Amino acid sequence: MSSELIAEYEVVHGKAKSFYELYARKDELQHQTHYCPGCGHGQIHKMLASAIDELGIQDRTILVSPVGCSVFAYYYFDVGNVQAAHGRAPAVATALKRSRRGSIVVAYQGDGDLSAIGSAEILHAANRGENVTVIFVNNAIYSMTGGQYAPTTLLGQKSTTTPLGRSAENEGYPLHVSELLASLEAPVYIERVGLGDNKQIAQAGRAIRRAVENQVKGLGFSLIEVLSPCPTVWKMQPVEAQHWVRDVMEKTFPLGVFRDRTKEAKAWPAHEAPPALDRIPQILGVADEDLPAGNASLMARADDVDLHVRVAGFGGQGVLLLGEVLAEAGLDAGLEVSWLPSYGPEMRSGTSNCHVRLSREPIDSPLVTVPNVLVAMNEPSLRKFDQSVRPGGWVIYNGDAFPEDCARKDVHVLALPFTRVADELGDARAANMVMLGALLEIAGALPQASIDAALKRLVKNPRWVELDERALARGRELYRESCLEACHEG
Amino acid sequence: MRKQLMKGNEAIVKSAILAGCRAYYGYPITPASEIAEAAANYLPQTGGVFLQAESEVAAINMLYGASSAGVRCMTASSGPGISLMQEGISYMAGAELPCVIADITRGGPGLGNIASEQSDYHQAVKGGGNGCYHTLVLAPHSVQEMADLTALAFELADRYRTPVMLLADGFVGQMMEPVEFPQTAAEPHVPQWAVTGMAESRGNLITSLHMGSDDLEAHVRHLEAKYKLAEQNETRAEEWFTEDAEIVLVGYGIVGRILKAVTAEARASGMNVGLLRPITLYPFPTKHFQRLAPQARVFVVVEMSTGQLVEDVRLALNGVRPVEFLSRVGGNVPSHEEVLEFVRKVARRYLPAMTLDEEQMAHV
Repeated sequence: MSSELIAEYEVVHGKAKSFYELYARKDELQHQTHYCPGCGHGQIHKMLASAIDELGIQDRTILVSPVGCSVFAYYYFDVGNVQAAHGRAPAVATALKRSRRGSIVVAYQGDGDLSAIGSAEILHAANRGENVTVIFVNNAIYSMTGGQYAPTTLLGQKSTTTPLGRSAENEGYPLHVSELLASLEAPVYIERVGLGDNKQIAQAGRAIRRAVENQVKGLGFSLIEVLSPCPTVWKMQPVEAQHWVRDVMEKTFPLGVFRDRTKEAKAWPAHEAPPALDRIPQILGVADEDLPAGNASLMARADDVDLHVRVAGFGGQGVLLLGEVLAEAGLDAGLEVSWLPSYGPEMRSGTSNCHVRLSREPIDSPLVTVPNVLVAMNEPSLRKFDQSVRPGGWVIYNGDAFPEDCARKDVHVLALPFTRVADELGDARAANMVMLGALLEIAGALPQASIDAALKRLVKNPRWVELDERALARGRELYRESCLEACHEG
Repeated sequence: MRKQLMKGNEAIVKSAILAGCRAYYGYPITPASEIAEAAANYLPQTGGVFLQAESEVAAINMLYGASSAGVRCMTASSGPGISLMQEGISYMAGAELPCVIADITRGGPGLGNIASEQSDYHQAVKGGGNGCYHTLVLAPHSVQEMADLTALAFELADRYRTPVMLLADGFVGQMMEPVEFPQTAAEPHVPQWAVTGMAESRGNLITSLHMGSDDLEAHVRHLEAKYKLAEQNETRAEEWFTEDAEIVLVGYGIVGRILKAVTAEARASGMNVGLLRPITLYPFPTKHFQRLAPQARVFVVVEMSTGQLVEDVRLALNGVRPVEFLSRVGGNVPSHEEVLEFVRKVARRYLPAMTLDEEQMAHV
């Protein structure tokens, strides 16, 4: 008789295909889960696994498990599995999905994980509208660690860290994650469901399936909050705990759909195909054929180039650009060069300086503490660096007269009102190039072609290139004129 | 290959993409922000992902996700941001996930300042997170090395399945020097262990969790064996005029550059000075120190911290030679004149052969 009955027996609710047949990643009891009797995780796992089965996405699914009781979700789900740090599942899921756009990424998190330590990660993943699915299991307590209060713990609810019950005065009010996230623009679907009775459970299954399906359709961010019983930590019988979800928890956390924009949501645009590998050097601007050949062949007196230049002035005077044009021109002329900006608080508060070296030999230190040319674009800079100039070196100073108390007998000085000269040329801001012109005339080493090339590479506006070219030429003239004057005086 | 003038921070990104990096997740911080800016510019154009995260904590966990998916990925930050990333770095080391993290150091502790210091040495080299792990640490001292060591960092990260740090100071990040790049781009490949959301990787699991004590011990021993292998095979250092060096200067990053200038000047004044510049800070180039120890009378460590590298130098020498130490902090850089003066003092103490005449000569 019994064999006939068995023959007619039909399995209606089998194990989902997306579960492993045997939980081989577990040490022991490999035919059952590690969850306590009456725990909601088992039911929620099954709903998720069924959704994966029904949508036919087992091969595409990546499950991100959290820290908490469901840390071992990878014991059960026969999908790609990534276990994340506490609270960080939305960040991990974000990058998994953006890395593999064909994958279906589900972050599975508890209430301590998501609403406390991971509150920033979930908020921003939701706000970016990441095309992932989040299953948020809210049992109003930290269960894995033995029953401490969570942001979702109810007012008056006792826990090991709220032994007298949660009070609004000390711990604040229960955090309403679904309502909070529904205040954002990007999320497509947010629903709170419960496991409080069969009707609620059926709705939870439908909601989870929709939340996964939304991702399959590429619609955007979906989150399902599941009110879930924890009989062990709540110290209740499983049935009692289930009723507590429905009769007590639900009063603080009302069930319902808080966001549903699935109808109006647009599918994520298809990813553009990446460029061919051989185009990448061009895209990065490092392809040899796109770089200038330079004018090293025009270098006449290469052997004696050893410039240690310090340029200093106010922010906005073009201190860094002056140095950059010099370094770029040096490279164009085939020299070894370095350019080091001052950066730091002074960058934002008005003064600026840079170190430039040009040499035939490899540059040992790019720091210029003892310059052989100081370009001081204002008096404070002169005062700051004047004493550091190497004996026999040059000070090019932007001012009507060289301050007498700065005068040194062992350095050359070219002090002129470069800003006024630039103003006469058309724009006071070209003073840096007038001073560079003087420097180049003094140094005498770089071919004009290299300077022209450097200027064109660094200054994009043709009007400024034209002005800067005149400024450089004027600077050279001023130095030559000063030599003539010196000869006459001599 | 033709060279172009470029900031160290930008060179990192270009080299990374050529090495097959296709993801950058980061959070802005001075003096590393140019790295994020260059990544934001170039990665979307080359089929990659750039995302500015809500924090360094999120950024490193995004790398955890990208690396889990088998994508070569990187981030960059500085002192306080690296501190925040330590959680994720520990998880990645534990889960054996490769990635590259550039630390363009600044002053500390706390907010410190945004000028250059080398005080992240300990948190990079010794590991700032929990557990028995190391990150491999490379210390570039030029823009060219920023490019070259970035490419190496990706190779090492994949070879050892572990996070690799580029430890560079703000100067090396901010300065411009001529640099050249390889003319071919590496093809991104998907490692077999990755979780890609495709049928062939369905059985894969990325985790740092090993519940059984025997399981975890076996895992930690496995990690330890990788580090030992790296110690045998991956140590790198530059030796500069060390053949006959009686005084061996030691420094990394921008200090290495200053010490090159010091070496030249010291030699010009008759002192047998050389430079040993560690390029890998972990694994530490202990063998180089031990090889130079017999001929050297003293090692002089110069560092922009109150003494972090110097501890590893002392461990490497294990007491066989004295170690003198010069330190600047707060964003102050030891000038080569300052170091030279220190070296002269050391020479007077340790080089008895240094006659009064030579000493006077040294001051000329």
